[in-house]
Amino acid sequence: MKIEVNGQQRDVAATNMGEALAELGLGEARVATALNGTFVSAAARNDTALSPGDRLEVLTAMQGG
Amino acid sequence: MRDFYGETLKTPMMLGTARFPSPSEMEAAFRESGASVATVSLRRERGAGQAFWNIVRSLGVHLLPNTAGCHSAREAITTAQMAREYFQTDWIKLEVIGNADTLQPDPFGLAEAAEVLCADGFKVFPYTTEDQVLAARLVDAGCRVLMPWGAPIGSGMGLNNIHGLRTLRAAFPDVAMVIDAGLGLPSHAAQAMELGYDAILLNTAVAEADDPAAMARAFAQAAQAGALAAASGPMGVRDMAVPSTPLIGKAWL
Repeated sequence: MKIEVNGQQRDVAATNMGEALAELGLGEARVATALNGTFVSAAARNDTALSPGDRLEVLTAMQGG
Repeated sequence: MRDFYGETLKTPMMLGTARFPSPSEMEAAFRESGASVATVSLRRERGAGQAFWNIVRSLGVHLLPNTAGCHSAREAITTAQMAREYFQTDWIKLEVIGNADTLQPDPFGLAEAAEVLCADGFKVFPYTTEDQVLAARLVDAGCRVLMPWGAPIGSGMGLNNIHGLRTLRAAFPDVAMVIDAGLGLPSHAAQAMELGYDAILLNTAVAEADDPAAMARAFAQAAQAGALAAASGPMGVRDMAVPSTPLIGKAWL
């Protein structure tokens, strides 16, 4: 299905967030995630189903002021 | 020094991690200044996050994630929740920006987000203005730290509203307060501490100096001097001159 990952259109076979991260090569990465603007904890990713058009944000540490 | 949600900081200096010419220069700035807190952010994964995470962890300071760039309470709340998991801290520097040019906080969104986050167990460090009414709302929401701006972020102008900052300090004597944003010179840091503030938070003035580590040290020394002065009871300001040398015993010439 087509979803948006960090603002980019992606076609994924995954049906949940955990699978999607693995498919994107981020299965083991230290990241924080949100789906459609709502926080999804690491523990909840495998139980969070994806739907076409979902907006997935995958964030990581960055410099900040 | 006042505590920050139960933590006593070793120095009254909080330092951002952005805009440094290199990671090693950032590390040197932390080392030279003895800064107690590092602000960090979350951004889209592009492959460099793990390396930065390893660097900031090695600094051995408290991490204060921010919600920089958020323009709504909802965005800021979601970012805070993500930051709590990623950085393993319930501290959050809450920024809800209301104007893209001045980066002035949106007082309505800020109060709304602070209420939600405090109720959710976050220890909120709100980036705010010197507005006393907004500050009262934030304290009522559960904030035990207030971080009024000195001047717009990155402007280096120093303390734009001395009277307002002094009034705010006096209005909330039991709340830890940090001057956040706008500091450009160490003298601004000294001035902030002389007003009775508990710490300073800065980034650009150090990171964009020709010698960031030396500038960080200068800010730290100025902040410590200001804190010592505040604790020493500064004299009152007078309108007229008062001779310091005794008149008694002066020769009749």
